[in-house]
Order: sequence, then structure tokens, then C-alpha cells
Amino acid sequence: MAHSPFTIKLRWPGALAGALVLLLTLGTLGAVAWQAEWVGGLSPADYAAIRFTVLQALASAAISTMLAIPVARALARRQFRGRSILITLLGAPFLLPVIVAVLGLLMIFGRSGLLNGGLAWLGLPGFSIYGFHGVVMAHVFFNLPLATRLILQGWLAIPAERFRLTASLNASVWQLLERPMLRAVAPGAFLVIFLICLTSFAVALTLGGGPRATTVELAIYQALRFDFDLGRAALLAGIQFLLCACAALVVWRLSTADMLSGGMDRRVQRWDSGAAWLDMLVISAAAIFLSLPLAMIVFRGLPGLVDLPVSVWWAAARSISVALVSALLCSGMAVALALWGGRFVAVVGVLPLAASGLVIGTGAFLLIYPVMNPAKAALVVTALVNATLALPFALRALEPGIDTAKRDFDRLAASLGFGPWRFARMIILPRVRRPLGFGAGLAAALSMGDLGVIALFAGDAQETLPLAMYRLMGAYQMQSAAGAGLLLLGLSLSLFWIFDKGGRAHAQM
Amino acid sequence: MTKATFLPVVAGLALCAAGAWAETPVLQVYTYDSFTSEWGPGPAVEAAFEETCACDLQFVGAGDGAALLARLQLEGPSTDADIVLGLDTNLTAAANATGLFAPHGVNADLSLPIAWDDPDFLPFDWGYFAFVGNKGEAAPASLQELADSDIQIVIQDPRSSTPGLGLLMWVKAAYGDEADDIWAGLADNIVTVTPGWSEAYGLFLEGEADAVLSYTTSPAYHLIAEEDASKVAWGFEEGHYLQVEVAGKLAGSDQSALADQFLAFMVTDAFQSIIPTTNWMYPAATPAEGLPAGFETLLTPSKALLLSADDAAAVRDAALDEWRTALSQ
Repeated sequence: MAHSPFTIKLRWPGALAGALVLLLTLGTLGAVAWQAEWVGGLSPADYAAIRFTVLQALASAAISTMLAIPVARALARRQFRGRSILITLLGAPFLLPVIVAVLGLLMIFGRSGLLNGGLAWLGLPGFSIYGFHGVVMAHVFFNLPLATRLILQGWLAIPAERFRLTASLNASVWQLLERPMLRAVAPGAFLVIFLICLTSFAVALTLGGGPRATTVELAIYQALRFDFDLGRAALLAGIQFLLCACAALVVWRLSTADMLSGGMDRRVQRWDSGAAWLDMLVISAAAIFLSLPLAMIVFRGLPGLVDLPVSVWWAAARSISVALVSALLCSGMAVALALWGGRFVAVVGVLPLAASGLVIGTGAFLLIYPVMNPAKAALVVTALVNATLALPFALRALEPGIDTAKRDFDRLAASLGFGPWRFARMIILPRVRRPLGFGAGLAAALSMGDLGVIALFAGDAQETLPLAMYRLMGAYQMQSAAGAGLLLLGLSLSLFWIFDKGGRAHAQM
Repeated sequence: MTKATFLPVVAGLALCAAGAWAETPVLQVYTYDSFTSEWGPGPAVEAAFEETCACDLQFVGAGDGAALLARLQLEGPSTDADIVLGLDTNLTAAANATGLFAPHGVNADLSLPIAWDDPDFLPFDWGYFAFVGNKGEAAPASLQELADSDIQIVIQDPRSSTPGLGLLMWVKAAYGDEADDIWAGLADNIVTVTPGWSEAYGLFLEGEADAVLSYTTSPAYHLIAEEDASKVAWGFEEGHYLQVEVAGKLAGSDQSALADQFLAFMVTDAFQSIIPTTNWMYPAATPAEGLPAGFETLLTPSKALLLSADDAAAVRDAALDEWRTALSQ
């Protein structure tokens, strides 16, 4: 950034991280396009796929964000036993491999699920989850927790002093604090979820009920796997980036920066109470919607967990190490980028969301293959790609805190003669422990559940847990697969919980 | 470790590796994931072949059949693969078009329900596509009857899954120009379309559908491995489409003789007797001891349908359009 308002600058780590993101997103797309033989453009079916993709992503993002606001608000102003466990558990759907989560949802909302069982018992007509509403519902299941967490971070970032001030002025917390905060935070949450849903593939197809529910990502899959039409894949992936760019521009225009002054990191006390029963109702409703399918996954997986094959445990160990490396990389990159700041970082921070996992995998394969055996690089590439894919979330969680710390302490630290490293270590990092732990936990857990890259690269003894689970399913071993799914759920959540807890250990000063 | 000690160690390791390589040649076989998994035929095949070849047989799993071909196309002529095992007849035309394959040169007595004369690709197993449902429930006797019924089925997407593509070809081979009527009739029977076989089969077992597109041999798995006789395959009057799974030798293989040896081994009893209860398909050449107990209970279709590789490639795009249009109403 040429006109940084800050005195203390540290650019090269951010530039390095930014370059890696560009390489893995646009670079891999370029590699695919480079190899392509260009024949013809888009078919009418492709346009239908684009339309469906955008519509379902808009609906999913809008509903997830709107539902997340009351949930986050309720969680922000209520303290109760089990609150922190609840917040962790609510993150689970987002971290699950698609097929595990979909099967969990179907055990509640499917044709022979609990809901239809109950309806039939009451003599009411059945409910079919398959269709546009099912796709949106599944996406809300996946993303409501993420939206809640992102918006909750916004609530928690409001300094205690402002609540004190508002209370002493006898002013409305909603008017003065919460609405401006939401205007700053909610559009970003909407954008993130819109982009996640934009690249959805298996959820949309499985619950969409047929080819009406074709997304751009499925068209890319077809182009890469069945037609080997790299040109079409590159074109479609380019369109995904274009859609992402449009959405990002609109959102950036809409959102306003929160420009109040900083606080002293005191513990928040609230004088406005609101209706406690309403808050608890909101929290309970969200908890039931999100946890019932999870409970079914546990129930389904327990029998298979007992006699899991040894190879699955090895796969789990491999997944954990990939997840840890990915979490470290992701946090480092996110801090570097957030310290750098500016428009470039804002772009880098959303690019991975719009990238097609399939195109990243294929492009990385094309880039690596001439140099070395891709199987040898499988785990390294998986860790790198997963760190990059999780970066937008970590960055989004970190940025507000780092921006505030920079704004509040830049001049003071500069006048004390702090160098950039010391500034980062002593001023910034202690202030962003919580979002940093959250981001690292998310990166670790997302990496645990990822299947995209490893499927193309993995050699003989390199399968990760999700891949092992899919291979079990492919060999009729549905019970073991359910057990592996449960193991995956448990490990993802534990990793997330450990990092998140680590981040919160000293959060209250 | 100092540089002075480090370098000789590296050189030593490199020499060891080179020495080991010179002694035991490595045969790389690219295949689909479920072939090389510990429940698949891979481990037993590897052990059996390595007894005879004084070589190191390495399976490289690459997704499903379509992903396997895509992987080969990505690698191009410089691929390390000596053999590709696991393509089916819907993919062999595209595989042939890459120009990467060499004739297999094996003369074997195959037990396929059709004549086989492809000079480049040699079958290792085969099966009939079929809808698999629960014993004792309504079982339609034809595609037409299924389309007219209100039975709920789950199928795979022909754009991302080989069984899905198989069903597309099945309807096309049975009904030709009237295939779109059948699809229009099936539209209200299809609960949903999944990206791959595993998801569809999982949904069926969870009770989301009355039946799933799979193979006539699927009930054999439940019967033999789980002693569960509750699954049946529906026999259809129109006949059943075949899936013939083949292997081919790469023209650029640096282990050409060994690759030939593997392909010849592939149609012997030692390989073929492993197939039925690991890959749950029919062996391409029935071994001397016959099929395992339980296979005699399976449905034997009255008629086998199969489009030639060229025909399958030629009708695919139009058939996909029909499918998409009919199911998007």
C-alpha cells in the first residue's frame, strides 16, 4: 500500500503470503488454461447452471446471515453454563465432509428420517427435502454456525467502554452500537457464505433432486473428469471468479467501516438486558436444528468405530499432521496479510473462496508434474492448499482486531521506537489471540475434512481420513465408513476446540 | 550433521535406491481407488503377481474410472504408468483417442456374455447394471414399468459417475430414439441424483429410496460378506446394460515385457479367482473352480446390452442432453 497511514510497516511476509494465494488460485487456473485446447464456449446448460448457482448461493447466504444475527446477539448477551461448548459444537457442521453432513441431515429430514416419522405418526403429509429448498436448507445448516461466529466476533469486538458509555447516556445499544457493528460485519459474513455456496457441488446435486440443481462446480467436474475439456473448465472457473468479483464489489460498497475509538480491553458488562426467554428460545432453536443431525452422525458411527481397520487410524494420524501444518501456515499468512492491510489484501482474502477446488487441484498437478512425482508432494500440497482455502476465514476473524490495534497503538509504539516485529509480538498478537485461535482452529478442522486436492494427488500410502472414508464407502463398508465419519467429526471438533480454547485462555484481562 | 557427513549419506542412500531399483523392476498400474483399497482385489493381486514376476507391482489409486483417464490425460506421454486398469467401454474410445495405448496382444478364452475383439483393451471383469431393492417389496419387470410406477429410486449423475453414464447408455441401447420418453417417465421416480456410486448406495441403505442403480452382483456382497439376503436386483425385460472393465498397456511403458506379462496374468485363474468376492463383479475368464457359492443366486438377465466404444462415444452428448432436459422439467 503506497499511502499507508501507519508509521510501523512490515510488508514482505504479507507479500509472500499474498503471492502464494495468487499462485494457488489464479496461477493454477492459468496452468489449466495454458494446457487447454479451446473449442467452443458455453452451452445453454452452462447458463442454466450459472443461474441456479447464483440463485441458491444468494438465498443460502441471505438466510444464513439473517438467522445468524439473532443467534449471535443472543449468545453475545447471555452467559450460561455450557455456552462455550455450545459455540464450539455449533461450528461442527461447517467442518464436516459433505457426505457425512448430508447423511446426518437426511436422518432427520429425509424420506425415512425422524421428521417424516413424526409427521406420519401425527397423520400429516410427508416432507421432501429434495429440491431448491433442500439445497438452501443444507447450506444454512453448514453456514449458519460460521455466520454466527463471524457476527459474534463483531459483537465481542465492541469495547466494554462503549457499552458503559451507552448505558450512562441511557441510549439504545441497538441504535448506537449494534446496528453500526452489523453494518460493518454482516455484509462480510454474507459475502463469505455466498462465495462458499457458489462453489458447492455435492450438496447441491445430492439434495437438489436432479440436474436442475446443477452448479458451476459440477460442470467443472464434468469438464475435467469426463470430457477432459480443460478450456471449458478454465472458462467456468473464470466465471466463478467473475461472480466472486461482482459480489465482493457490491458488498464492499455496502459495508461501512466502524470508526469509533478503541477501548482498554476490559470485560464487557451489559446494562441492557432484553428478553431473556427470547434469547434462550433463539439459542435453543439453533442448537436443535444444528445438533440433531450431528447426534445422528454419532449414533450412526458408534457401531463402526469399534472395529475400524488399522489403515483408517493411520489415515487419521496423517490427517492430523496435515491439519496442524495447515493451521500454522494459515495463521502465519493471515497475520502477515492483516498487518499489511489494504485493498490488495482484501482481494487476496476472498480469492480462495471463489476458487474451484477441482481447478486448484488440477492446476497444481499440472504445475508439479513436470518437476516431480505428485504423489511425493501430496501431503505438502494438501497442507498448503488447505491453509490457503482457510485463509479468508482466519483473515476475516483477525482483521478487525489487528486494524483496531494498529489504529490505536501505531503512533504510541512508533514513538517508543518499536520495530515492526516487536510491535507485532508485543502489541498485536496479545490483542488478537482469540480470533487467531479461532482462525487456526478453523484451518485445522477444515483441513481435516478436505477431500479436494488429496484425491488427485494421493499415492498408495498417503490417504487422509476423508479419503479413507470415501474408499470405505466405495467398498460397501458403510458401517466402517460411518465410524470413520464419526472419528473425523470428533477429531475436527477437538482440533478446533483446542486451538479456539488456546486463543481464549487469556482473552479476559 | 555436518555437510561432510551429510553428503556421503545422501549419496549412499541414492546408490541403495538405484541398486534396489536395478534388481527389482517396478511395474506401475494406475487403477481406481476401490480396486487398490484393502477390501479390493489390489493387495491379493499384488501378492499373487509378485510371486511370479520377480518385480515390484505398485498400484496407484486415482479416484474412479473417469478420474483415472483424466489423470492419464493430465500426465500425457510422460506418464509413469505402465498399465491402466479400470476403464470401462464408455471410456475406451476417449482413452484410445489419446494415442497412449498399445495393443495388449493377449489371446484369452473370455467368458463375457458378448464377443470381445478390442485389440487395445483387455477385460478383467464385468457386470450387469441393475436396480437393487429390498426383497419382498414391489419389483418392476422393466424400465417402462418402473417409469409408470411410483417407486422411488436414486441414481448417479452421468456427468460425474460411471454407473450414471451406464444407465444413460442402458436407456439409449434399449429405447434408442424413444429414450427421452423413458426419462420423462422416470423423472417422478427419481428421488435424487448423486455425484457418485457411494453416495447413492449410502442413501439407499439409509432408506431414502426403494432402490438404487448398482449391479446385479451387489446382492452377492450382502449375502456373502454380511450373510444378509435381503437385497435383490430387479430383472428387466429390455435386457441389462453391461459394464466391461478393461486394462490397457501404455505404449510408452519402460517395462514393456513386464506389462505384457501382467496382462497375460490378468486373465489367468490366479487373478480371476480374486475378483468375485473383492471387486464384486464377474471374472472376465471364469476360473477352473467356478464362481464362489452365493453367485448362483444372482439374477441372470435374459439379454445383455452394450453399445460399442465408438457408438457409446457418439451418442453420449445427445443422450446427456435428453437426460438433462427430461429431468429438468
